[in-house]
Order: sequence, then C-alpha cells, then structure tokens
Amino acid sequence: METFDPAELPELLKLYYRRLFPYAQYYRWLNYDDIYIRYQSFNNQSELEKEMQKMNPYKIDIGAVYSHRPNQHNTVKLGAFQAQEKELVFDIDMTDYDDVRRCCSSADICSKCWTLMTMAIRIIDRALKEDFGFKHRLWVYSGRRGVHCWVCDESVRKLSSAVRSGIVEYLSLVKGGQDVKKKVHLSEKIHPFVSKSINIIKKYFQEYALVDQDILENKESWDKILALVPENILSQGHFYTLQQNFPKYHNSLQRWEYLMKAISLQDSTKNDKCGPCLEWEIMLQYCFPRLDINVSKGINHLLKSPFSVHPKTGRISVPIDLQKVEQFDPFTVPTISSLCRELDAISINDEGKEGNEAESDTKRRTRVSYKKSSVSPIINSPWIQPRMDQSGKLINLPANRSQIFIY
Amino acid sequence: MQFSRANWKRLRLTGDQRNVCYPHSLQFYLEPPSESISLIEFESLAIDRVKLLKAVENLGVSYVKGAEPYQSKLESEIRRLKFSFRENLENEYEPRRKDHISHFILRLAYCQSEDLRRWFIQQEMDLLRFRFSILPKDKIQNFLKDSHLHFEAISDDEKKLREPEILASSPSLSGSKTDWESESVYKIPFADALDLFRGRKVYLESGFAYVPLKDIVAIVLNEFRAKLSKALALTVKSLPSAQSSCRLQPVLGHFSHSYTGQDYSTQKNAGKISLDQIDSLSTRSFPPCMRQLHKALRENHHLRHGGRMQYGLFLKGIGLTLEQALQFWKQEFIRGKMDPDKFDKGYSYNIRHSFGKEGKRTDYTPFSCMKIILTNPPSQGDYHGCPFRHSDQELLKQKLQSYKISPGGIHQILDLVKGTHYQVACQKYFEMIHNVDDCGFSLSHPNQFFFESQRILSGNKDIRKESIQPETPQPKPGVQKAKDASSALACLNSSLEMDMEGLEDYFSE
Repeated sequence: METFDPAELPELLKLYYRRLFPYAQYYRWLNYDDIYIRYQSFNNQSELEKEMQKMNPYKIDIGAVYSHRPNQHNTVKLGAFQAQEKELVFDIDMTDYDDVRRCCSSADICSKCWTLMTMAIRIIDRALKEDFGFKHRLWVYSGRRGVHCWVCDESVRKLSSAVRSGIVEYLSLVKGGQDVKKKVHLSEKIHPFVSKSINIIKKYFQEYALVDQDILENKESWDKILALVPENILSQGHFYTLQQNFPKYHNSLQRWEYLMKAISLQDSTKNDKCGPCLEWEIMLQYCFPRLDINVSKGINHLLKSPFSVHPKTGRISVPIDLQKVEQFDPFTVPTISSLCRELDAISINDEGKEGNEAESDTKRRTRVSYKKSSVSPIINSPWIQPRMDQSGKLINLPANRSQIFIY
Repeated sequence: MQFSRANWKRLRLTGDQRNVCYPHSLQFYLEPPSESISLIEFESLAIDRVKLLKAVENLGVSYVKGAEPYQSKLESEIRRLKFSFRENLENEYEPRRKDHISHFILRLAYCQSEDLRRWFIQQEMDLLRFRFSILPKDKIQNFLKDSHLHFEAISDDEKKLREPEILASSPSLSGSKTDWESESVYKIPFADALDLFRGRKVYLESGFAYVPLKDIVAIVLNEFRAKLSKALALTVKSLPSAQSSCRLQPVLGHFSHSYTGQDYSTQKNAGKISLDQIDSLSTRSFPPCMRQLHKALRENHHLRHGGRMQYGLFLKGIGLTLEQALQFWKQEFIRGKMDPDKFDKGYSYNIRHSFGKEGKRTDYTPFSCMKIILTNPPSQGDYHGCPFRHSDQELLKQKLQSYKISPGGIHQILDLVKGTHYQVACQKYFEMIHNVDDCGFSLSHPNQFFFESQRILSGNKDIRKESIQPETPQPKPGVQKAKDASSALACLNSSLEMDMEGLEDYFSE
C-alpha cells in the first residue's frame, strides 16, 4: 500500500488538477442543459479548468444553484439571491454505527464493517429508484469512512426542504442516541419499504453479523442483543434458560438459531409476546442504514464533490459502480500520491515509445494521463454516462453553481 | 377584494345562474366575491360567521371531532345560522353565498395578528373537514375536480394489483373485505402527500403515492391551510387601504374582540334582586370572576377602580337598581371605616354615572367575557379580570378546591385553561356547580352565566319567555335608533369608550 503524507498535498494537487481531474465529465455532470440561467459562475469548461488549475483547491464542496452568480451575491438586492435548486444528497457515515460494530470505531474502517455500506447502498438505492422513481443517482465513496449519494433528476433538484426531510424520514428506521438501547420499533402493519429492506439485509446478515462481526461471540456482546428483548420476557422460561445455555454453543450462528427458536416458542404461548417482529428489529438495529438528516434537508448544504481529494487520506472521491457494489473495496481506491506516481511511471514509458510525435510533450501527457491511470476505468464506466453524457445535445450554459474552493 | 368604491361591481343573478355560481355546498374560497353589499349586510354576515366559528371552536374542545355528538351538534349550529352544509339540497344559493362572502370579510378582520390568524385558520379547517366528511362519495370526485385538485382515482384492476402493498401501508384501511371493495384509491405525486409518506403511512411506487380516500382529506386540508395562510399574509399587506375606508374601520378593528350577543343592559330584571340575596347568589349563580370580586369586597370593604367597574356593571345587569347599588356600595365601604360623606362626594358620582344618570348619560353595559379577558389585566391588589385567564394555575386550583369542585373537574378545567379556552373552562365550572353534563350554552358574558344559572335553579319556569337568542346587538334604550350602521356600531363599542372617560383621574388610587 502506498503511503499518503498530507504534507505532500500541495504538490500532488497541482499535478492532479493538471493531468488527472476529469474536467469534461465533471463539467457536464454539473451542467443542466435544460435551464437557462442568466448569470454564470463559469462560462465554459475551459474556464472551470483554468480556475481549478490556478487554485489547486485543497477541498471542493458543491452547493446549490443560485439565482445569481454566487461571487456577485453581495451586489444583488437583499433577498433576491436565493438558492433555487440543488441535488438531493445523502451522506452515510461509518461513525454513526459505532454502537453496533465491534471491529472498528470512529474514523476507522475495515473489510468487516464495510458491508454496512454495501447494505446501505442497496437498501437506499432500491427505495430511491422503485419507491420514489428517481432515475439519476450517483453513489460516491467519500474518501474516508462512508458514501454519498447524489440524486440529480430535474424534478428532484427543485424539491423543498420539507420534502427532502420527509424523504429522509421515510428512509429512517433506527432512532435514538446513546441513551436509547432499543432503536428500532416496528408496528403490527409492516410497510413494504420495511419488508423489502429486510429482504436485502437477509442476504448479508449471516456473513456480516454472525461471522464477520460475531455479534453473539461472548457474554458482553450477546448481552447487548438481549437488551433488545422486552424486559418482561427475559425473565420467563424460554429466555431464562437461553441465557444459561448460550455458553454451551460454539459460535454466533448457533446462538442466533437458538435465539430465533426461543422467540417463536414464546410467541406461540399464551404469555407475553415478544412483539410483532423482534427478529427483524434486531437485524435492523445492527444493519439498517443511518442517514444524517441535516445533510439532505438543506438546500444550501454543501457536500464534498465527487473527484475531490480527501485531505486526510488522500483518496479520491470516486463513484461506485452500482452493478458491482459488493466488489467495491475502499482500500483499493487510488490516492492522489499513488496516482501521481502512476503518472510519472506512464510518462517515462511513453517518452521512450513515441519520441518522434509532433505534439508537444505536455499536450500528449495531458491527453493520455488520466486515460491510463487507475482512475480512468471508473470514469469511463457506462453507468456514469447517463448523467454526464448528453450526446448530440449542445451543452449550453452552466449552472449558477456555488463551489467553494478551499486552498 | 377591492374596497375602493370605484371598483365594486354589481352582479345580479337569476335562477340557474345562481346554482352555477355555487355548485357545491363547500368551497376552498379561492375567488373573492365580486358583488356589492350594504354595510349592514357586511356586518351581519360577518357576525354570523364569527358565531359559527366560535361554535366550531367550542364543540371542538368539548367533543371528539368526527364522531357523534359533534357531527350533529355542528350541523344544527350551521343550520341555525343559515350557512350551507348539505350537497344535495335545492335552493342553497343564499346560504352558500353567505358562506362565501362572510369568509372573505373575516379574512380582513383576522389577518391582523399571528394569534388571530392561527385561530381563524384552525376553525375554518375544522369547518371544512366537517363539510367534507358529510359529502356523499359520488360527489367527492366532482368537488375535487372543480377545485382544481388533480386527484384521479385508480381503476379496480390497478387497485387489485397492489392490494397487499396498499393494505400494508395505510393505517386508515381496516383490512376488511367490504371496506376495501368500496374504498377509492387515488394516485398522486409523492411530494403532494408529504405528511403521509414521511411517516410511511402510504404506499409509494415509482414516485406516486397510492392514497385511500380517507387520507385524501388530510391532504386536501393541508392544501387548504397552506393556501389560506398565504392569503392571510397577503391580505394583511393590503389592509391599510381597507382600513382607510372610514365605514369599514370600526367593523374590522373590533370584530375579533367584539361581543356579539345580548348586552344585558335592559332593565327588565330591575328590582328583582334584593340586597340580602347577593351573598348566597354569589356562590350559587355568579361566575368565578364576580364571585371573587364579591368576596374581596366583603373582606376588604373596598374594591379598586377596575373591580368596581367590572362588578358594579355586572350587578346592574342582574337587576340592581341605582338606589340599591348606592346602598350596597355605601354599606360596604362604610364598614371599611370610610367616611359616609367622602363616599357621597366621590364614589356615588361614579355609580350614578355608570347608570347613565350623570355626565353624557350613556347607560354603560356590563363587560363581556372578551372584554374582561383581553383588556385591563389586574395587578397586585386587584381582584377584577378573569380568574381562568389571569390567575396562575396553582392559585386557580386552590380557588376551585375551596369552591368544592371535584378533583376530576378541576383537572379538566386546568386542561382547558392550558389550551387557552378560558370561557369553556368557565362553562365547565358552571356544569360542575349545577351538576349538569352540558351547560347548554356558549358562554360569552358573565350576566349570561347568571341568567342561565337562575334558569336552571328555578326549574326553567317563568324565565323561559326571556330565553336568550343571541342576535345582532340591540340598540340601547334611550339612544336614538341609528339609521346608519356605523353609529349603531359606535353604541356597541360604548363599553370600550367607558375606559377612556377619565374617571380614573377622579378617583386615583
């Protein structure tokens, strides 16, 4: 693994923006050729390119499309400068799962807990597509410990803050902070969204929870699960013996089966029931996605741009191929330093082969650079095309996009 | 709605045209009326609607909305005040027109503050919800279409296809076969069903929400609320031009606070009460505000100006004559070691004044609940005001306990107070001390409390003929019958003018 040293960033960023950043795709992704805006931030791609190469931004965040040129907002009459539209975005962060993952905590991630992101993408994307009918969804690795989703459909960009909040609420099942033990409560009637999400989780649960996370490994860990069982049930027959017998089993898989049996036995007796779906409630608490509502509801909210460089890890915020979600490995995502090293290696090779080309060195390097780097397969993937490639259509004016360059 | 005289248009309708104007018994009030009406009709339509909305409020806190007896009681209120309610009736033009115009007039009065707007919107929504609930099923689609709400019902086949999902998503559907067969399901863009989908109370598919009819109502009401809220915000901006019309200013200014019932200044009851009855009457038939004033007067042998006004006029309203009043106050003040001469020189003038025997000789009317609640709040050492409004919860509780109200009753009363339903709380007190389930009236005046109490205690006998019919305010005796509505209004507001008389200077404390 190539190491990344944040101190190298300034130099690396220069190279990144000159040779690697996919300006064409990025620019088209930001543009909407179906709106006419009078004032613009960048008149065309080359202006964007020049500006970025001049600034070598440390960080790029994308904000809303405004009624006026953002950099002139001070000259506009008070109240007239307004955020008019913005993509619907979601931010899923691994730290929000610290109470249910045993392998890592806070900013750390590993292959054992990354499955949480896989499940999150599957569950949320299904709902966005099938329930809400959203067509243009871009999932991006955040660069460190989570994923972002950008929904760019025209109708979606105009949604109010209230509707955005409503969408997040619809997608939320895990509620409560540190002081709340049981965070998922299902009612008698199970909404199709819940049942479909459970079906997705079922595909991963055994491998993720019972093997990788080993959630019933020892007393400390299984006590946490039992804390989700209603108190009045724990002291009763089946569950009392369960706690005695747990140590006799060898692994989480066996204990989970035993637990399921106890639940169904309890429910079939005349005594207190466990509740509509205790099994599902446990699975949801351990696996269901946790969204940050503040990121999604604000039209003004800034979110880190795709293809930006994460300042702490050096990793590029690369899009995730929905056809290959399970195969996505955050640890193989190129860092800016590895990319630049790659680039140097390529140019050295090229120089040898095509020394008698008419075009200048720099031009050639620019042309071939990102295509041959490891970023390129990601960029050229077909699934990114619908949003980015408006083939045949003249790309008119860019959006009044507020982009914060931090340098 | 333009109020400059130049812009009023005349519209005369006949026969079928009238039905076209108002095809439904209910509406969303999207278009303001364009008729011209007289100022008197302007006022009377508005007063009737205020009464209706107050009844809506009252019923809403006393009964469960949507169930009996709320439904039938509200229907009879609407009928009594001659507003529209039923879809299928013929000759509904007048009530519908009344409904239309009065709504818009009230917008002018109730747009003026946040509290007023909130109250107005709440009652209008409850009224609309009721009217919608009694619409026959086959009329619903037409009504929605005419109101430009594009809710299309889905076909039976489409419904069948999604039966399990819709049943699993909508709490309002019971799941019984018969309910399902008869229930229409509407397909609307998900963003239009925000309150439903955010709580996962509706089935979503490809960006559409599949909403059963019951839930469509909630959506329609939300739409209504949002539109009305916006409209009120716009109205308040254009209000200055309406207020500059001097004919409308008094109406609009005082409406929301005005008392719209009997004024209790008639001398019908004069002389029917004797002074030695007052002590026992105060515990049996006085509302708490007067009961507390009487008690304070007996204990301290004195009352400050605000208390003297409020209690004094009340006593006049229950039938005390001027002579009795003078005797009553003098006796009490003398017990407080006041010099009889000082009383004659100072206080008796005030009493005679309030009976219309001094100064400009206006016969002042006893204060209504609204006036007591909204104006001149009591300070330290005062005993006037409304105990439900002005006493803190603890003190109020103790007071009610000393009046021997049951803990359950006290609890209900305190709940109503928390919800700022002061008059309804007083009604509850009435019900408790008279041991009745339903006081049978909507309280808006302390003298009304007394009257109704006496009625019950005397077994409804001879008082029946004087039964109260809240009508438009009656001109007071001794005042020239007004030809012009504005001076009639001026009479109505005379009790407001009283405070500005400057009597306070005369008896500064």
